[in-house]
Amino acid sequence: MKSFNRGLKAGVPIGLGYLSVSFSFGIIAISYGLEWWQAVLISTTTLTSAGQLAGVSLMVNPGLYVDMFLSQITVNIRYSFMSVSLSQKTSKEFRGIRRLIFGFFITDEIFAVASNEKEVSTKFFAGLTVFPYVGWALGTLLGTLMGNVLPEAVMNALCIAIYGMFVAIVVPKVRDSSKLLAVVLFAVALSSLFFYLPTLSGISQGLSISICAVAAAIFGALLFPVKEDDSCE
Amino acid sequence: MSDYWIYLLIIVLSTYLIRAIPFVAVRNKINNLFIKSFLYYIPYTVLSAMTFPAALYATDNIFAAVAGLCIAVLLAFFRHSLTTVAVASCVTVFVFDFLIV
Repeated sequence: MKSFNRGLKAGVPIGLGYLSVSFSFGIIAISYGLEWWQAVLISTTTLTSAGQLAGVSLMVNPGLYVDMFLSQITVNIRYSFMSVSLSQKTSKEFRGIRRLIFGFFITDEIFAVASNEKEVSTKFFAGLTVFPYVGWALGTLLGTLMGNVLPEAVMNALCIAIYGMFVAIVVPKVRDSSKLLAVVLFAVALSSLFFYLPTLSGISQGLSISICAVAAAIFGALLFPVKEDDSCE
Repeated sequence: MSDYWIYLLIIVLSTYLIRAIPFVAVRNKINNLFIKSFLYYIPYTVLSAMTFPAALYATDNIFAAVAGLCIAVLLAFFRHSLTTVAVASCVTVFVFDFLIV
């Protein structure tokens, strides 16, 4: 129970961040003409920000089903790398059916917090998923029902929460390793290129994140291979 | 919107499988140094690429976002908890919005 509770607690900031992000997803879904329950159903069965956004925009501009499939794959391919990465950190009992169930909950943020652990047990991971899942579902519902009730300034400020959390995960690690600092700066430089260069900025955000992250990690693995001891500090 | 259920099915299945298949399939510890290093770096490169520069445009005001990020980096450098850092960056953006507008 101890590690479940620790996971619960670690999930609180993610849940808060998701509340605001999925709130805006709810608003967007309604503006696209979806019913409130359709938006909530997408959120509770999918649990991904960029993929859902790409999904609803294709729903209102229907194309071929294969278009939807391909856009989902490119936006979400980064999850595959996270899954493999996480598979190396799970404790012995965390396999088989448990992975089949909890694999559903691998999001950028849940993955990030989980990889901060030395070893990820099923109980910790289960606890970790609770508030993010509830926050994601509740935020979507609230967004569809009361999109314009909350003061603009509050909604606006909440949007930075997710990024604040990312910073809190990366910076302390970077402080301890100049290799990691170099790799992180490389990733940031790449993603800035993708963001600001006109020819590259047409690429979907999910895909460009995948490309930048993979390229920077390859850069790191080639130039600064990590020995066993470094990787589990 | 009559295609809602088919589209939902495509979104749900593709998102789930892309996460679950690698998670279930990779059972053993990977010993290859290159792959291990790659997997060690992946979480941090994903988060860095997602944060910058997107975070600058996450709020209405880029200066408020910069202030919020700076506070986040500062607090994170001194190893404050995820919640503290996230809440502090929100408060900073909120305050900055008032100061500027």
